[in-house]
Formats: sequence, structure tokens, C-alpha cells
Amino acid sequence: MTLPERSIKDALPNLPLDRDGEPVFGAPWEARVFAMTVKAHEAGLFTWKEWTQALGAELSGNGNDATKTPGYYDHWLAAFETLLTAKGVAAGGQLAALRDAWDKAAHATPHGQPIELDKGRI
Amino acid sequence: MSDHDHDHSDLSDTELRVRALETLLTEKGYIDPPALDVLIETYETKIGPKNGAMVVAKTWADADYRERLLADATAAIAEFGFTGRQGEHMVAVENTDETHNMVVCTLCSCYPWTVLGLPPVWYKSAPYRSRAVRDPRGVLEEFGVRLPRAKHIRVWDSTAEVRYLVIPQRPLGTDGWSEDDLAALVTRDSMIGTGLAIDPLVKEPAA
Repeated sequence: MTLPERSIKDALPNLPLDRDGEPVFGAPWEARVFAMTVKAHEAGLFTWKEWTQALGAELSGNGNDATKTPGYYDHWLAAFETLLTAKGVAAGGQLAALRDAWDKAAHATPHGQPIELDKGRI
Repeated sequence: MSDHDHDHSDLSDTELRVRALETLLTEKGYIDPPALDVLIETYETKIGPKNGAMVVAKTWADADYRERLLADATAAIAEFGFTGRQGEHMVAVENTDETHNMVVCTLCSCYPWTVLGLPPVWYKSAPYRSRAVRDPRGVLEEFGVRLPRAKHIRVWDSTAEVRYLVIPQRPLGTDGWSEDDLAALVTRDSMIGTGLAIDPLVKEPAA
């Protein structure tokens, strides 16, 4: 399958790929953040060059979590947050506020039901 | 010990951050959730099934590991570093000459994603969930799996606390194969029980 992230793969030699040259993931969230990055790029929020620089900065060791070894997609997630904030897409504190709202929503939702953000917002 | 409760859900810090990003990008109109889902579905076989296949291959190749897995699948699977974020308890059910195992979640779509990745669309569908228990043989035939009438089919209903991994029967003619080569025979469906491992002699699921 030819996916639009062909250019991502060219730009990112460290991207985990399978034998068919397709991206592989260790957990569903990794696929989700990868897909969001592809879509955000399609929407024109950043160029692949900017993305490569943002991810490269994360991968080159500014790991701020000393308690565990972050995986490739942990760096990816941090780079995505940093880049969107730098671009002004996310205002300061906005992502943290949304994260907390999702946390409240999860706690208000019985297991097995879809978690909806409204439950975390007042 | 599971600390999992029915009255609320827990998301890891990572999952919360991913949801925060998705909400932000959606509300600003940069991404469209249905289009995002379509893209993600193309990856669904790219996630966990390889993890589960490694577990199955080791079960086939290593008698000690098999014993550990059947005694405590959660711990045996954790040996590979695959652990659920919500403390789900894993149970391995082994296919034999007499019994074929198949997994469903009639209530919702509980799924052992640490070993199997994202659930396929059909797993979450109402027809599969309702028919798997009532007519497992018919469902299997729709998947192209015909079992001898004498073979017993046991259906396991997943819950929030217990997730099942089917250990398919090892294909004949694979004595001495490496775990890597064996893992390549283990399909996702064979670990849900809606398929069989690939028969290397015919390159199709073994009968």
C-alpha cells in the first residue's frame, strides 16, 4: 500500500518498519499519534523538514524522564506536542488542560463504555 | 492482582496526551476523526500480532515455556515485556486434536491488544459478537475454517478483567524450525480462534 507518509519514511531513517517497509507499532496509541502526524502535515501545519528537526531534537537526548527509557514513539509524542506549541496551534497550557479533562472523563466512565470528553469538562 | 474497577476507566498518561492532541486538532479543524480512523485501520495488523506470534512460537518450541504460559499466561507473556496498562489478566487456551478454542467479547470489544494489536472491525461487530456463542461452527465456516464434526468448539467470552489468547495447533512438518520461522506461521486470526496456523506445506491455513 502506498501511504502518504512515504515522504515521512524517507525523512526518518530510524522509523520502525516491517519487512514490507510499512510502519510497525508497539501499541494502538503509537499508530494513533503517527496517523495524527500524517494528517496534521496534510493540513499544512508543518513541513516534513520541520518535523524531522523537531523529532531529531527529541531523539538526540533531551529526555526529561529519567525514570524509564522512552521508546521511539514516546519521543515522537513529545516532538509533536513541542512542534504544535511552537507553531502556536496549541496555546500554552492548552494541551495540559485537555489532558486533565480526559483524565477526569476517564474516571467518570464505567469500564467498557466509550470515554467522552464532556464528562471531564464542567 | 488486578486493580481494575468496573465503575471507572483509567488511561495512562501517554494515552491522555494522545487524546488531548486529537481533541485539539479536531476542534481546530485540522483533522477529521473518521478519516483518522480509516488511516489507523490500515495499520491494525501492523501492531501487536507479531507479539502474539512470538508467544505462540515459543510455546510450540519450548516445553518449559508452554508450561509456564498455561499456568500463568500474564506472567509468561510479561517475560517478553508485553504487559497491559490496565492490569488485564491473560489466559492462554490451547487447541488440541479434540478441542478448538475461539474468543469473543459479547459485551463490548475487550481484546488482548498487547499481544494481538488493534481488534479487527469484525471482532467489534454485533453479528460476530452474537453469533460466535450461538453458532461458532457456522461462524468458523464463514472464515473458511471447516473442522471435523467430532471436534469440540469452546467459545471464551472476554471481560474487562480476563483476556484470552488462543494457542493454535503447531502445523506438521515444522520440527526443528526456529522460533522466528514458526512465528511467521501464526496469523492474528489463529490467535483469536477464527483461523488456523499457516500450513507451510500448502501455504494455506492448516486443516
